[in-house]
Amino acid sequence: MQIYLPIAEVSVNAFLLLGLGGVVGVLSGMFGVGGGFLMTPLLFFIGIPPAVAVATEANQIVASSFSGVLAHLRRKTVDLRMGTVLLIGGLIGAAVGVQIFNALREIGQVDLLVRLSYVVFLGIIGGLMFIESLSAIRKSRKGGKPAQRRRHNWIHALPIKVKFRTSGLYISVIPPLLVGVFVGILAAIMGVGGGFIMVPAMIYLLGMPTKVVVGTSLFQIIFVTAFTTLLHATTNYTVDMLLAVLLLIGGVVGAQVGTRLGTYLKAEQLRILLAIMVLAVCGKLAFDLLVMPSELYSIGRGGH
Amino acid sequence: MRWLLLLLLLALPARAEQVVAGLSQNRIAITANFDGSEILIFGAVKREAPPPGAAAMGVVITLEGPKEPVTVRRKDRWAIIWVNQEALEVDRAPSFYAVATSGPLDDVLSDVEDLRHSITIRRAIRSVGAPMEIADPTNFTEALIRIRERADLYQIKPGTVEISEETLFNTSIALPANLVEGNYRARFFLTRDGAVVSQAETLIYVQKVGLERFLYTLAHEQPLVYGLMSLAIAIAAGWGASAVFRYLQG
Repeated sequence: MQIYLPIAEVSVNAFLLLGLGGVVGVLSGMFGVGGGFLMTPLLFFIGIPPAVAVATEANQIVASSFSGVLAHLRRKTVDLRMGTVLLIGGLIGAAVGVQIFNALREIGQVDLLVRLSYVVFLGIIGGLMFIESLSAIRKSRKGGKPAQRRRHNWIHALPIKVKFRTSGLYISVIPPLLVGVFVGILAAIMGVGGGFIMVPAMIYLLGMPTKVVVGTSLFQIIFVTAFTTLLHATTNYTVDMLLAVLLLIGGVVGAQVGTRLGTYLKAEQLRILLAIMVLAVCGKLAFDLLVMPSELYSIGRGGH
Repeated sequence: MRWLLLLLLLALPARAEQVVAGLSQNRIAITANFDGSEILIFGAVKREAPPPGAAAMGVVITLEGPKEPVTVRRKDRWAIIWVNQEALEVDRAPSFYAVATSGPLDDVLSDVEDLRHSITIRRAIRSVGAPMEIADPTNFTEALIRIRERADLYQIKPGTVEISEETLFNTSIALPANLVEGNYRARFFLTRDGAVVSQAETLIYVQKVGLERFLYTLAHEQPLVYGLMSLAIAIAAGWGASAVFRYLQG
């Protein structure tokens, strides 16, 4: 069934959109990532104009993250205090990121910047996670005792310490705040929720337990993407509500399924799966940059 | 020179024949399940005298969507990656363009007439002042045409206009699903030996209706309301799915 999208001004198959939303929703619920880093390129691929894809995706992430976070709240796996600190950082970062984005658009290389930052960040994070979780799995198979990840490092020497009871941490607010700012900047530039960066940062940098990380990440993503949606809707008029509805119907159902699937997997398995996925997307994007495209030309709407 | 041309034009039996145009519909409504549309274009040749037998008659019909500026970018190798580098701004490129003729294009239309009336796609696209650093601006316009032809947005259909009895003609043009809103201009040219002897023009209004219209208008006129509404829907859907699943699990 074809459906005409009023803002994107293209006609696409409604079931295809529902399916895409569903698949990405499952991943979102499982890993606590918004799924934007997968969905945005997929939307480009089916012919949605990039500006509309990025803006609408932000709206869809709000829905799937909200659906996911409710399930986590019920299981008490959301660190609200940590989430709020990350959120404050995230909003600051998003505002800064939008400025950077606009400045680069003036120069005319924003597309390259987005792609390169995808490749670089997905590559580094995916690689690190893959290696780390592989060795964790190996250790747990050998010794039976899970790897101890929490260690004392420079982070514990910083001032303004706060107790994060849900995470079982007593650390300074400066690192999570900085993580929030950094993720906010990237989220604005790359048009994603930023979960795929925040989740590893929370695990490896802040030393939060994996169980709490997913819910807390979703909590922060809701607000940052809601902010981004409003920004896009009021400045570029690129949020396509019909597209968002179709994606989020699939997405919210998928997120529920994903959250439940996630509980059946061990933390190390969950991490290695996410790592593989991140690396796959990174590889595809790198491949597109390296191989000569079959059509060298592309059409952009409007002047400049 | 111009006077000579004018005299020549007047001397031709131009006024003797006149093209009269019609369309199966002059309003296309884009609804939520819009999946392209086929319009039937027809017309007749009105004459005061019997048709001049000697000169070959031809009919050219063009259908043109709203014009908009576009930027065509070309990727080039930079170090090891392929990056958009040179860009050409095309001032006015129709969002949709179809040309249907009654015979091979070269036979029914001369180059001079094509240039004067901007009939073929190449002539209908206007780009003035390509930047100096681009050595081959035609490659960019060719690419624009090539990409849009692949998407059925630009169509060249020689020999698809049927003429009967040198008087009635008809053709049909398929409009793709990804149509842009606006006024579409249908032009009719009657030619004799490649020279245009009469022309006519009508408009087709392509418009979003119903839900499509409502959302589009709201998004542009009340963006904040629209944005908040999108968020409300997102949160309601998220909550709804969560509640339903919880209920299903008992």
